[in-house]
Amino acid sequence: MKISLKKSVLAIGPFHPLQEEMEFFQLTVDGEIVTDIDVRLSYNHRGIEKISETMQFDQIPFLVSRICGICSASHPLAYIQAVEELAGIIPPDRARYVRTIINELERLHSHILWVGLAGHFIGYDTVFMWAWKYREPVLDILEKITGNRNNYGNVKVGGCREDIDDAIIAEILKELDKIEKKMDMITKAVLDDPILQARLKGVGVLTKQDAILYAVTGPTARASGVDIDVRRDDPYAAYGELDWKVITQTKGDVFAKAVVRLLEIFESIKIVRQALKKLPKGPISVEVKQIPAGEAIGHAEAPRGETFHYVRSDGGNRPVRHKVRAPSYVNVPSFKASCIGANISDVTITLAAVDPCYSCTERLAVVGGADSKVLCDGRELLRLSRSKTEQMRKQAGFKEGFKFE
Amino acid sequence: MTYEQLKEKINSISDKLIKVEQTSPKRLYLLCESENAYKVNRFVFEDLKARFVVATGIDSDNCYEIIYHFSYDQLGTFLNVKAFIRDRNNPHIESITPFIPGAEWTEREIHDILGVEFKNHPNMKKLILADNWPDGKHPIKKDYEYKKLK
Repeated sequence: MKISLKKSVLAIGPFHPLQEEMEFFQLTVDGEIVTDIDVRLSYNHRGIEKISETMQFDQIPFLVSRICGICSASHPLAYIQAVEELAGIIPPDRARYVRTIINELERLHSHILWVGLAGHFIGYDTVFMWAWKYREPVLDILEKITGNRNNYGNVKVGGCREDIDDAIIAEILKELDKIEKKMDMITKAVLDDPILQARLKGVGVLTKQDAILYAVTGPTARASGVDIDVRRDDPYAAYGELDWKVITQTKGDVFAKAVVRLLEIFESIKIVRQALKKLPKGPISVEVKQIPAGEAIGHAEAPRGETFHYVRSDGGNRPVRHKVRAPSYVNVPSFKASCIGANISDVTITLAAVDPCYSCTERLAVVGGADSKVLCDGRELLRLSRSKTEQMRKQAGFKEGFKFE
Repeated sequence: MTYEQLKEKINSISDKLIKVEQTSPKRLYLLCESENAYKVNRFVFEDLKARFVVATGIDSDNCYEIIYHFSYDQLGTFLNVKAFIRDRNNPHIESITPFIPGAEWTEREIHDILGVEFKNHPNMKKLILADNWPDGKHPIKKDYEYKKLK
């Protein structure tokens, strides 16, 4: 049997049930260059849309908050906005501010988490350790407000379930100042690093045209120059009343995506700080009666992009159809545009740059085309990615490796 | 473009539409028959430059509905193209993936769960159903019986 060495298949995945998504990437490689990519998903399909049809309107927020461990505030919020639109419910002012605060804290910890993991993939473990260390206080704040570090379960149709105790506001503001200082240090260290610039600039480029055709959202779109953000374009919660700006970049490479996320961290801190200071007094929920027949759409800006919910009701107490679209559903297929022509050692960070499921990239394996022999596994691919950074460091005249003093 | 101009532009393809519904200030529904859906979608995506979001497949009482959700971000408005597929025995519609590659997955998903055929789709494989899932069983259809599967 003749084995063609020219064309091999690189399998990434398929799944890891601990993470929010399961995916299987099959890369066709010619030598070290990726020539095609095929994505398979739904290894652990939970049928949330179907389960939702069997639940009552007020139970569904708890269901959809379990779609994703990290976006457990933006999914219920998007759903609730759809139901509120359907029933014509206007949530009280205080509830809108509490929703804003929780959603921004969610973005904050998600972006910090991404910075850490991205650092890990290219061999910057110090960034990984620091980012995860400074993510902890954000989770502590969320725990103080909602009682949970994740899966907050704090929003309901017509308002919020838990109020923010005015006594802890000063404490949270103090903690935010600390986080901002530390993130400022990390951001400067990362963005000014010549090796990181050399390693990430021009890698995994998604052009503006491709970003529109693949309908990507969130930081992935904003890094490619597509100026969209649900928080500004269709203001919900209290975003329309606060002062902040949408961060965009034009290059569309991994570095641009990193810049967008890092700078968004500061915008998030700004939003939380303003919302806490302006927090209006009053009730946090209104009474909800019947949900009428009809259809409605709710969307919210999750850390990874737009979360979209469509709800149709026939006037009963359960929806007849509930459609959910998470941001990765449109961001992941864009690999077809950003990975083809790339080097294998750049694939891990390109996949990680849209912030999909990390476990997938941890479970990489290169398989030969004809006899399906494993050529290299995930650890090897991670090593390839990291050794490329190391080589660049050496070429730039840095000493080998780095040590903690 | 202002809201009025947007409505005017939509009126220019009114011969392809059954009617335009407005459920709330920022949500427009463009109702059309499945034969006209391709042209309406193309108009919304290429002429209005709306962003494709996702498509929803629904099993209504006497027809299938495919709702193509587009977001017109300049005005924060949703343009939803609602296509009715009247032929329940052989449901089919023209695929929009040839001009919106981002619609590939959502069309494959609707094909899986609702059994609607997307004509000219470049890569019609299973997306969310398992490889060994029996043919002709579509889990979101109203007549699908859960317990009988095994």
